[in-house]
Order: sequence, then structure tokens, then C-alpha cells
Amino acid sequence: MDETLLRSLTPGVLAVLVRRGADFAAAEDAVQDALVEALRVWPADPPRDPRGWLTTVAWRKFLDTTRAAASRRRREYRVEEEPAPGPAPAVDDTLQLYFLCAHPSLTPASAVALTLRAVGGLTTRQIAAAYLVPEATMAQRISRAKRTVSGVRFDRPGEVATVLRVLYLVFNEGYSGDVDLAAEAIRLTRRLAARIDHPEVAGLLALMLLHHARRAARTAADGSLVPLTEQDRGRWDTTLIAEGVGILQAALARDRLGEFQAQAAIAALHADAPTAGETDWPQIVEWYDELARLTDDSPVVRLNRAVAVGEADGPRAGLAALAALDASLPRHTAVAAYLHERDGDLATAARLYAEAAHRAPNLAERDHLTRRAARLNARRDR
Amino acid sequence: MAKYLLLKHYRGAPAAVNDVPMDRWSPEEITAHMGYMNDFAARLEKTGEFVEGQALAPEGAWVRYDGEGRPPVTDGPFAETKDLIAGWMIIDVDSYERAVELAGELSAAPGAGGRPIHEWLEVRPFLTAPPTITE
Repeated sequence: MDETLLRSLTPGVLAVLVRRGADFAAAEDAVQDALVEALRVWPADPPRDPRGWLTTVAWRKFLDTTRAAASRRRREYRVEEEPAPGPAPAVDDTLQLYFLCAHPSLTPASAVALTLRAVGGLTTRQIAAAYLVPEATMAQRISRAKRTVSGVRFDRPGEVATVLRVLYLVFNEGYSGDVDLAAEAIRLTRRLAARIDHPEVAGLLALMLLHHARRAARTAADGSLVPLTEQDRGRWDTTLIAEGVGILQAALARDRLGEFQAQAAIAALHADAPTAGETDWPQIVEWYDELARLTDDSPVVRLNRAVAVGEADGPRAGLAALAALDASLPRHTAVAAYLHERDGDLATAARLYAEAAHRAPNLAERDHLTRRAARLNARRDR
Repeated sequence: MAKYLLLKHYRGAPAAVNDVPMDRWSPEEITAHMGYMNDFAARLEKTGEFVEGQALAPEGAWVRYDGEGRPPVTDGPFAETKDLIAGWMIIDVDSYERAVELAGELSAAPGAGGRPIHEWLEVRPFLTAPPTITE
């Protein structure tokens, strides 16, 4: 039995049931029942059209449980007999499933869990392990999410931006445990991009591919962070970079710029440079200006812009750009430390690195900043 | 989502408002207190925000390496002045504000006289895995 095949078929079948008007939770139960049936029947009698088979059986299961005369109907249907494949859908149902799972009434955490379950076909156990919470907790999160969207009717797609935000959240979660969430996010975004023609979907896919391409070089063997300037560029995945750049260029050519395309453009400029020293920083600053415009002057964007300015016009210019920003911003202190180090003020840099380490949100970053502070202190003591 | 540790102290935290040692409560008051905390955990399980909770015995020892070939040194039970952790709960919530809100609720557990103890709980964020995107 091909588990990958089953996993890839599940969301589509679920989507058909939801579109035909089945309640989300009931539809999912019915699909699970159909999968069990498939495991029983398929080895001896493989269907000609697996998707059609699953859809028909799932729909019958759904009707069985919703109709009062369920037991009578069950006798009527002989499941060993291969059912006729369901009608080929005229509209793309999986697309509706994306929008349902990213419905604005859900919290980001619920939307993420539901998307991985319903669109990604992951088990609750896999999702729980990826987010390091007990399976019972994740099961409750998913069933609450299902209840929240159970009354939602889907006649038209929702906001693409909401779906993209959910996929981006999954991607950013990085890698923990069995399920590689970054790879999973790319898989789902690829499928979305194949179904929906939108420059920002392409922009997000390009952004993910470009970042994913550098993953092997981002951490050393001992798990410590390797900053962009020190990464072994030979370990970057050039196939992924080429694919990302190609998708990005096609998207940019359509002249409907958005946040993800602008971010991907910055990532592409990094990926393009053969050495860190050859990075086209002036152009990166321009893209940050564009990004700031698109995000209503997001403080995080302006902080990143200050780093780029420091590289393009020198550390003093970077510090001047930084001075205009709220010092309580995450990573503000780390950026200040870096710019002071570049400017040759090692005492200030060491002090700021230590302070930034104290506020770091994760272990890898804290260790990295602590090491930088220690290195500068050792150099000054000599 | 982000995980937070809600830390309960026997000692070391500022005194609770309703500061009566537990051994002076009535058995019913103790039952009510425990029931409140169990209900709280059960409710968080339903909202998908519960990760883990454990209680710790007050007895503990400090242990230290004492050189090669020698057994570790212990200083016996905690001395009076030392901080003491009573237990913890780990939650996984959407925001820091939600973590503080829940800690506030947990601090309202009933104590002596059935009134909330208003104990101080420490709220500490977990360090997470690094995100996929940092540059």
C-alpha cells in the first residue's frame, strides 16, 4: 500500500466533501473511514481510479453517518465491489480547502494546525511532535479549529494573503523532529502555486526556496549558527537558488509587487553574490525601501534596512539609521553591536553583544552572540 | 505560539497576599485549592494550550563534584534561606499577554478561608529553535 499516494489524495477527497456541503469535522471522519476501507480492500483489488474510489467511498461513509437509516444503507452498499469513480470536479476543491483552513476566524496557531492536518495530510501525532506539544493538546487544537469553521460555507475563495501568512508561519517554524516543517511548507506552497496564478504566491515560493537553499550552510556541525557572511557558499543548493530566482523573475515581470516578492528579491541578491564581499548592498537597500513602503514602515524592515545601509554606506551610516528606531525592538541591540564592531569600537560592541545575548529568543542565537562578545573581550584583553 | 513556564515557589518569591502556610488550612481548603489547579489544567488542555505540569517535593539536596575518584558532595536538605520550587506548568499560547492572563488566573487559586491566595508566579519564556529565516 502506497502511503504517500494516500496522503497526497486525502486533501482532495476531503475538499470534495466539504464543497458538496459536508460539515468539516464529519467530512474528515468520513475520509478517515474511507482510508481504512482502502487499506482493507486495495491490496487485493486495487482501484483503477484511486481518487475517484476514495471520494465515492468517503461520500457514502458521510451519508451513512448523517442519515438515520445508516445501518440499512450500509447493508445495501457492497464495498468490495469497486464503486464508479466520482465525477471529475470542475473547480479546484483543494484550493477551497486552503482558504477554509486559513479562515480569519481562526487563531494563527489553529490555522497552522488545521492546514497541516487537512491540506498537508499529516497526522495529529506528527503535528504535535513538530510543535513539541502533547498529542492530546494538538488534537484539541485541531478539533476546536474544525468546530470554528464548521458553519463556514465556501462559495468563493477568501483572502490569498491570509493563506500565504499561514504557510509562511509553517515555514518559519524551521526544523524540529520527524516532520520538516520548512519542507512541508514548500510542498504546500508549490501545490498552491500550481493552482493559483498570483504574483505573491510565486513570491512566497521563491522566498522559501531561496532561504531553503542556504539551510545546510546556516549551521555548523555542532548546531551553532553561521552568519551569512561566514557561510560556505559551496554548500548552498544552486538548483533551488536557480528555481527560486526563475520564479521570482517571472513574478516581478508582472509588475504587481508585494511583500513576499520584495523579500525574495533581497534573498536573491544574497544568493547571487559569489562571496559575501561581492554582495550588491546598494540594491538591497533599495529593496528594503520598497519593502518599507509595502509594509507601512514596519520597524522590523527598517531595522534590517539599517544593517544593509551599514554595509552599503559604512557602519556610521548604519548607526545613524539605527538611531531613529526604538531600542526595544527585537535584535536592535544585536544590530547595534555588529555596527559598532565594524566601526572599530570593540568595547561598546562587546558590551552590546552580551546584552543582546541576554535577550536572544533562542539558544543558537544566544550562544552565537555570547561567543562574539567573548571573542571581542579576549581580543581587548591581550 | 510560544511556550512559557509558570513557576510556583515554596520560598524565594515575594509573599502571597493571603499568606497562610498550607499546613494551617482546613482539609477542605486544600481540596478546593488542588481542585482549582486540576480544573485549570483540564481547561487549558481543551483550549489546546496545555503542555505539561508537575509538582515537586519540598525536600531536595545540593550536589557537587568533589574531585576524581571521590563521591559527589551533598549539603543535605535545602537550608532555610534557599529558593524552593514547588512545581510548574508549561503552556503554549498565542502571546505573552495570554501567558500573563493565565498566570493571573492560576494565582487566584483559593487558599485559607476559601479566598484567593494571590501568590506570585514566575512567568518565563522558553528559548525556541531558531526560525528558518533570520537574515
